[in-house]
Amino acid sequence: MAAKSSILTQSKQVRRAIVVGGGLGGLMTVIKLCEAGIPVDLLSLVPVKRSHSVCAQGGINASVNVKGEGDSPYTHFYETVKGGDFLANQPPCKGMADAAPGIVFMLDRMGVPFNRTPEGNLDFRRFGGTLFHRTAFAGATTGQQLLYALDEQVRRYETLDVEDDRGVTVPGEKMVRKFEFWDLAGLVLDDSGVCRGVVAQDLKNGAMRAFRGDAVCLATGGPGLVFGRSTNSVINTGSAAAIAYKQGAIYANGEFIQVHPTAIPAADKLRLISESVRGEGGRVWVPKDRKDRRHGKDIPEAERYYFLEERYPKYRNLVPRDIASREIFRTVIHEGYSAEGEQAAYLDVTHLCKTASGKSAVRKKLEGVLEIYEKFAGADPYENPMKIFPAVHYSMGGLWVDFEKGADGSLKPGSARNQATSIPGLYATGESDYQFHGANRLGANSLLSCIYGGMVTGPAMAAWREAQAQSAFDLSSTLFDSELERRVDEYAALGSRSGADYSVNPYQLHEKLGEMMLQKVTVERHDAELDGVLASLQDMKAQWRKAAALDPTAKGTINQPTVFLRHLDGMLALAEVIARGARDREECRGAHYKPALDPELHPDDPKAVGRDDARWLKTTLATFEGEGPRLRYEAVDVSLEPLAKRDYGKVGAARPTPGEAGRAGAGEYAKE
Amino acid sequence: MATDTVTLKIKRGESGGASRWEEFKVPRKPMMNVISCLMEIQKRPVTVDGRGTTPVNWESSCLEEVCGACTMVINGRVRQACSALVKDLSPKGEPITLEPMTKFPRERDLVVNRQRMFDALRATRAWIEIDGSHQLGPGPKVSQDDQEVMYPLSRCMTCGCCVEACPNYNDRSDFMGPQVISLTRLYNMHPSGRMQAGGRLDALMGAGGISDCGKAQNCVQVCPKGIPLTESISVMGRETIKRALFGWLLKG
Repeated sequence: MAAKSSILTQSKQVRRAIVVGGGLGGLMTVIKLCEAGIPVDLLSLVPVKRSHSVCAQGGINASVNVKGEGDSPYTHFYETVKGGDFLANQPPCKGMADAAPGIVFMLDRMGVPFNRTPEGNLDFRRFGGTLFHRTAFAGATTGQQLLYALDEQVRRYETLDVEDDRGVTVPGEKMVRKFEFWDLAGLVLDDSGVCRGVVAQDLKNGAMRAFRGDAVCLATGGPGLVFGRSTNSVINTGSAAAIAYKQGAIYANGEFIQVHPTAIPAADKLRLISESVRGEGGRVWVPKDRKDRRHGKDIPEAERYYFLEERYPKYRNLVPRDIASREIFRTVIHEGYSAEGEQAAYLDVTHLCKTASGKSAVRKKLEGVLEIYEKFAGADPYENPMKIFPAVHYSMGGLWVDFEKGADGSLKPGSARNQATSIPGLYATGESDYQFHGANRLGANSLLSCIYGGMVTGPAMAAWREAQAQSAFDLSSTLFDSELERRVDEYAALGSRSGADYSVNPYQLHEKLGEMMLQKVTVERHDAELDGVLASLQDMKAQWRKAAALDPTAKGTINQPTVFLRHLDGMLALAEVIARGARDREECRGAHYKPALDPELHPDDPKAVGRDDARWLKTTLATFEGEGPRLRYEAVDVSLEPLAKRDYGKVGAARPTPGEAGRAGAGEYAKE
Repeated sequence: MATDTVTLKIKRGESGGASRWEEFKVPRKPMMNVISCLMEIQKRPVTVDGRGTTPVNWESSCLEEVCGACTMVINGRVRQACSALVKDLSPKGEPITLEPMTKFPRERDLVVNRQRMFDALRATRAWIEIDGSHQLGPGPKVSQDDQEVMYPLSRCMTCGCCVEACPNYNDRSDFMGPQVISLTRLYNMHPSGRMQAGGRLDALMGAGGISDCGKAQNCVQVCPKGIPLTESISVMGRETIKRALFGWLLKG
């Protein structure tokens, strides 16, 4: 009888772990599992090299202190929790900041072509929410470069043989088996609620299959598509996280959605212009004259209103993202400033490009970002200030995951509790978890949290696997067959939706959902509107039940419209979690902002509490019950650093606006 | 004179089956690209002659030309659909044609199977060997000059434009394509990657390797990232010749 931890079953089947999602979080988890000797099945919606991590532009934070500024991992930790308005549990954030320099060194060893100093060391740039040069970068496509490095390491594991417990090669079995173009359809949970595997669908032919796994990780990214157009890749529907939520996993802090201040508006997606542009000296402004219709480059310096620099003289254009987004939103929407008459502000690097050497320096550091503007907006950003507006960018919320605190107050390495969801045996990492960013994520912390999450998740899964009395591979096949059958039937029912009863086009329904969420659940939130959103979501869920399979006869082949029905179902479920969380949270914190509760707007209203630590220093926990979310709350671990006012040195009031007097003095942060 | 609609002619079909053309008209919007046209067809899958049809299947992910997914042949030229702007393709309302890439087996409509490119990355051991992901201190120092050569090479998305344009890449040849040759140059330049340079060169000297390049130079014309593919091919050509002539001396 083979030992429970052995690699092979008696019938010579390889006992594997499962990772769903091949972005940075998933790939790092795979590498750590392989290093622990555990073979992996890696499932991904797209070839892993095309995962959303490629979109991250600016860089990855690590306090290496290359510039001798006195930066330290502890400062990075503190700025991370402060940037998150103290809603993040502190021990995991401490663990992340401490691990960051080692992570960047590891990536460097893997061959990431990071930018260099003249001495050949890693170069670091500035990002929002800090005064230090802390962000390592590879041109302006850092996420792409990091993803490629991990992809290459995992490809290496695709060539390495599985060895049995005596070190003998198992013929034909490699450490990593990739299943690309596969979509998660369900989790296999045993009678005690333990996750024993998944059911997934091959998108090339529609075939479903159950996978056994001695620990399962979801690293499936954020739900940006809930908002229709965002900076996210079109694959980021949150479908896998929604499936886990509907099967019992807790979804935490859903209401915290980061809106990035600077994106290019367009019809299919809102393309990000990285914060690194401001880190390298880019300035945000609007024409002082609200009626000015001239091209940005024709407006003289004296007629420009650099509102971020005036309001925040210390951090200037590098205030955290929630603040920058709110200031741009207010300046354009409420105060009526515009760029060439459009609802936009300018992000400007032209002052850095006046000389040939200046232009070449900007090109070296920002070419990849500026190229996006040139390609998609059709104007040369070296000559023209770029027109930008805030866009939905990142979900701080996600699947709730646990952590174990060590004796030093940081994360305890190797604990099976780390990154474990509320479903035993199911882990989550990357943007699909909620752990590291609190109420607002600092720029260049996402690549870090994905990789750190993976570094923690792999060993946690290994520890979990070791502690199980019975392997998933020794369970009766009935368990797997029944979930498989359920999901096959579910898909068949979706695929047969045709005829008069199914009159709704799912893509039109998605467009309606996105427009509503974008207008009412992003930068500014009003209770009455959120009530309307929650009511409309009930209506949209009813419409989803009438949504047609637009390609009902296509069987055994690619059928994107039918698969989209499954993803749309997930988006509706998560939209409700997000909107319900926002409605019920009666405070302003990080990305969650209700003008009615802003004491600067309403100095005499006792209900305008701003951030309310006494009542709301709590993680929102959503569970799926019956038809929708039920919310509970749990305390945040703030055991390392006391709470402080989240102050980025705002001075003065915003300019008074005719007809908007009540909104003057915008900003929830106290004046100095 | 621009019109208020965009006309698309799309080559559709099943895996291994015959192709058919379908024509669509979608509303024209500012800053529209080919992807947003396809999204309009999803919302109203009706051909230009009013016949109901199915939404077109295509591959896409990032929509900002860093993932390589949405590569297809647009107006006869291979490129990413996301960065193909309607205003450039159809300034006066000319029809836009969309076809799947021809060098890979079609899966359905505009989706093709590009696995062959990823297999080539495995075959050439396209990675840096590391001793593990645990802490081993900083990586090797790299000069700014070397970084400036390496970074552009590292932007290859494995999108397939170069091999689509390459006359020597097809289902009758084993040629791995210019993208693999260029990536081999990247790994062989890296201070620790260099330690395994010989093995990668051997792969390039084997079947489907660099000698299958016919020097048509089409690849560099179509690379969306402007990667100096022909320069890489000539650099690696010299390296493989050196190894062929003197490699036996070094093997010891």
